[in-house]
Amino acid sequence: MIEAQPNRVVYGRTLVELGESNPRIVVLDADVPKSTNTSQFQERFPDRFFNVGIAEQNMMGIAAGLATTGKIPFASTFAVFATMRACEQVRTSIAYPRLNVKIVATNAGVENYGDGVTHQAVEDLAIMRAIAHMVVLSPSDPITTRLATLAAARYHGPVYMRLGRNPNNVVHDKDVKFEIGKMIVLREGCDVTLIATGRCVEQALIAAEKLALTGVQARVLDCHTIKPVDSAEILRSARETAGIVTAEDHNIIGGLGGAVCEVVASECPTVVRRVGLADRFASSGRGYAKLLSHYHIDATEITKYAEEVLARRSCSPAPRP
Amino acid sequence: MGIDLDTRFLEEKARKLRRNIIRMIAAARSGHPGGSLSAIDILTYLYFLRMRIDPSNSSWPDRDRFILSKGHCSPALYAVLAERGYFPEEHLWTLREIGSILQGHPDMRKTPGVDMTTGSLGQGLSCGVGMALGGRLDHKGFRVYVMVSDGELQSGQVWEAAMAASQFKLDHLIAIIDNNLIQSDGVTRTVIDIEPAEERWSSFGWEVWRINGHSFAEIDAAFENCQALHGKPHVIIADTVKGKGVSFMENSVKWHSGPPSGEEEQAALRELSGVGRHD
Repeated sequence: MIEAQPNRVVYGRTLVELGESNPRIVVLDADVPKSTNTSQFQERFPDRFFNVGIAEQNMMGIAAGLATTGKIPFASTFAVFATMRACEQVRTSIAYPRLNVKIVATNAGVENYGDGVTHQAVEDLAIMRAIAHMVVLSPSDPITTRLATLAAARYHGPVYMRLGRNPNNVVHDKDVKFEIGKMIVLREGCDVTLIATGRCVEQALIAAEKLALTGVQARVLDCHTIKPVDSAEILRSARETAGIVTAEDHNIIGGLGGAVCEVVASECPTVVRRVGLADRFASSGRGYAKLLSHYHIDATEITKYAEEVLARRSCSPAPRP
Repeated sequence: MGIDLDTRFLEEKARKLRRNIIRMIAAARSGHPGGSLSAIDILTYLYFLRMRIDPSNSSWPDRDRFILSKGHCSPALYAVLAERGYFPEEHLWTLREIGSILQGHPDMRKTPGVDMTTGSLGQGLSCGVGMALGGRLDHKGFRVYVMVSDGELQSGQVWEAAMAASQFKLDHLIAIIDNNLIQSDGVTRTVIDIEPAEERWSSFGWEVWRINGHSFAEIDAAFENCQALHGKPHVIIADTVKGKGVSFMENSVKWHSGPPSGEEEQAALRELSGVGRHD
């Protein structure tokens, strides 16, 4: 049994693992290595680590330049700065020329509950998803965080990966198969589908347990790749179940919910209810769970939405073909 | 001065490349002639004399790199790359056309010889810092040349990169400021002044050289000096003339951007033909 631990700690450990076997791995940070956990790499490989100071735009450019010389740079800072302060540098200097840079950002969503809006990123998935050439990852637990980090290193091209801050429970088997662009089916079910990413995957599993008590069989999918999103799996669920509930620690606009809606709208119109931050900024809070429940980003809300999706099916005039 | 500096050869090359710049921008019906003409002497020198490159192998890992951070002056870079044989000259007349290998701003994935995608001002020097770090990690001796414009120094990221380069002691990084004194909306001094440039760069930990950016003797001396001094990044502040070589374009804000008319193109090409010149 693997203990709960923050995904960022697993990321730091996996960077060291990568660094041991691959001398092309280099790591950059913008003065928060102890928080992002790139400090683990910094201690082990000081010559391949660069703290560029509080200069995220410069960090992205340096990472781009390093990539042109054959290095595999991992550039880390908080998600709010990686995707917004340095957005255009990521787009023009990294994504457009398809440089082999991995941007791994922590403190995504409202995981930095205490610091408030300035240090929370509820827009990062939407922003990174809109940039061509960019792969967008959002692993849910320590096991898939390690696998996602390894997969990002193997993939040739720009990758954005979002991580949180607080301890993550293990939700996957230790031998789970991780493939970029392929959702992981955590629970089969034919009544309603719960598609979640990152932290919310665990909440979706809790919701599915609750629903099971009332006889509802909910399918639970871990959408660890926001882009390219697994359209086949979304459409399978749209066809086989009454509807979809998405869940993410992100604005309900443009992230996982948006991606799922885009797929079903054009291929198989389906009811989709989105759990997330309802297009607003969050407050500071004195605990992550408290903040999530205050903004209704939790198992209770997922359960409620699933029930609403099912109720809608029961009053629909004709069965789905 | 380098022993084999053939000033006449470089001047003739630069004159031909100026003609190509005018013809490219006229053909594209848009582009930036002023800054292309101010930069071309230094580009000619770098690509024909200074840089260790192999045009038949544009991804040679040991090559010197050049980043045109002032990417809107791509016609100058394209002209010199074609002249060095990276691609056939006829591509020059496709500038800015759909599907052309010559995009409005330099694209490292489309144009052989372009080392970095640029065009959003302020970003190139950071990429140069990364390249220089990569070269040092691999114990390669290549140098990284980054050309920025005077107006570009108003962008904060340039100074982030300047601080990092001196912190990391990147002596194989050479920034060149094409100081043509004019930016899009007017005279740089009256927009946001970049002077005193020598003091500013020096205080950021750079070795500073100030030269006439149209004198091959001065250009050569400055780049020669950069090779010799270790432990610090170098910046060459090259005082240049916007639109250099075409009298009606010189020192003119109007010619920062925009194509010459057919008549203007012919007038410019006549001036650059060398006929009646005493050099």
